[in-house]
Amino acid sequence: MTQLNLKNLTIHQAGKLLSEKQITSVELVESYLQRIEEIDGRIRAYVTVTPDLALAQAKRADASIASGKFGPLTGIPMQLKDNMCTKGVETTCSSSMLKGFIPPFNSHVAGVLSEAGAVLLGKGNLDEFAMGSSTENSAFFPTRNPWNTDMVPGGSSGGPAAAVAAGECTFSLGSDTGGSIRQPASFCGVVGMKPTYGLVSRYGLVAFASSLDQIGPLTADVEDSAILLNCIAGHDEKDSTSLDVPKRDYTSALKEDLTGLKIGIPKEYFIEGMDPDVQRLILDALDVLKHLGAEVSEISLPHTPYALAVYYIIAPSEASANLSRYDGVKYGLSAQDGENMWDAMEKTRQQGFGEEVKRRIFLGTYALSSGYYDAYYLKAQKVRTIIREEFEKSFQDFDVIAMPTSPSTAFPLGSKLQDPLQMYLNDVLTLPANIAGIPGISVPAGFSKGLPVGLQFMAGALQEEKIFRVAHAYEKASDWVSCVPDL
Amino acid sequence: MEISKEEIVHLASLTRIAMTEAEIELMRDQMSNILDNISVLNEVSTDGIEPTSHSINVISVMRDDESADSMVHDEVLANAPLTESGFIRVRAVLE
Repeated sequence: MTQLNLKNLTIHQAGKLLSEKQITSVELVESYLQRIEEIDGRIRAYVTVTPDLALAQAKRADASIASGKFGPLTGIPMQLKDNMCTKGVETTCSSSMLKGFIPPFNSHVAGVLSEAGAVLLGKGNLDEFAMGSSTENSAFFPTRNPWNTDMVPGGSSGGPAAAVAAGECTFSLGSDTGGSIRQPASFCGVVGMKPTYGLVSRYGLVAFASSLDQIGPLTADVEDSAILLNCIAGHDEKDSTSLDVPKRDYTSALKEDLTGLKIGIPKEYFIEGMDPDVQRLILDALDVLKHLGAEVSEISLPHTPYALAVYYIIAPSEASANLSRYDGVKYGLSAQDGENMWDAMEKTRQQGFGEEVKRRIFLGTYALSSGYYDAYYLKAQKVRTIIREEFEKSFQDFDVIAMPTSPSTAFPLGSKLQDPLQMYLNDVLTLPANIAGIPGISVPAGFSKGLPVGLQFMAGALQEEKIFRVAHAYEKASDWVSCVPDL
Repeated sequence: MEISKEEIVHLASLTRIAMTEAEIELMRDQMSNILDNISVLNEVSTDGIEPTSHSINVISVMRDDESADSMVHDEVLANAPLTESGFIRVRAVLE
């Protein structure tokens, strides 16, 4: 039976094999479990693997397929980032604080994917509480880049991006607060998509920065990204920021002609210090887009250089409030040696949180504290308005804007860990989309010294079709997605 | 912007995170450095600009007050560090 090559399948390829009964979901899951067994010791993309659950779900999927009741995700093996609650399956956020936490409920995305018949292989590693850009802040272990295991996979969704690149799952979901889907997608050579703020319910996603967080697909190609967004997008009354907009079929946007599409290239995104190879590959990609019929022109988004500072006030402020729930009383780590209630709480939070998480809680508490609120938090919210309006204005004239996803390719493990500011600069080209709440996608655009480079597109709020269209057309014309790491 | 040791100690108490002397010194260095970089925002004139708290127009969401299934009691309590007679046990709040 397994004469078929099952390595690095896309959702649509695997779905075809399943629907044509060339393979069963159980066989597919077994081949992924074997792949994880063989290579995850080197990659460490998984915090938890759930073989028994996966095989049980695969059997159910096979029964559905046999009875003719199936959809595009039935029987497809997936991973979920470990900050999405999975009922009965440990959900850690890669933090000592939540080690051993077994959610009594499913996150919205875990629920809808389960209903769609997708099979859970396990949970993906991340920077603790999704705070970081390299997955080195995981309290358990770093994940390694499948293209070169001396390099980081990016972060915070490093486990999901590496798992997709290494063929350890067909797809995964990440969360993106400042670039945590797109930057690791760029580093690992896969497709990472952050939808419009509010398009995908965050019910059961462990909160980091609530005005910025958004869940989105990490996939092998753009078609998979659209298939997956079809499933997870939609209104959910359990998330009060969930948008009540009609369901759409994003796969209908996948066309290969870009005639008439207007693409703006914001000059501020080609920052000083950018890797020249990255710049060259992105300029090459723009030529491909022109050949496909797009009109490409330079634009200016002059407040871009302030986005990083806005982000590093707003995100830590919201995080400091969200993470106040970890008190060692209701769930999670609890230091039992405290002398009294406050002492126990302070020791719990000292032991349970890693360095980066503490740094952000401190920063946020400082920015929100009396005497500093106006100077930091309120100021950042006002500059946020300026940045948002700048985007809105540019989308009156342009369908999408294009830029690199990251100023560099993947960097060596350990090289930025001691310098938080250097680490924060990784997100400088992705976080403006979170500040403005608009969708963004990263697609593979070539290689520099054997490491993937990502091309990013952004569009106006709820204009997902536009970025799928341009990303798909570019992908088909360039075919970088057919490159997979040799593991 | 130089942040003082006293301010870090005060923040540690606000955030309820115990800190060693070495952790206080490291946090002081790193926060000072980060705040220096954040201060670029002072270059931007924001007179007359309204703040954005959410990128979308979020309004308060209400629902009807109807009974519905809740989570399974034992599954919720299974995550609590200390329980007693079906309740979460807490330390004395008033001593």
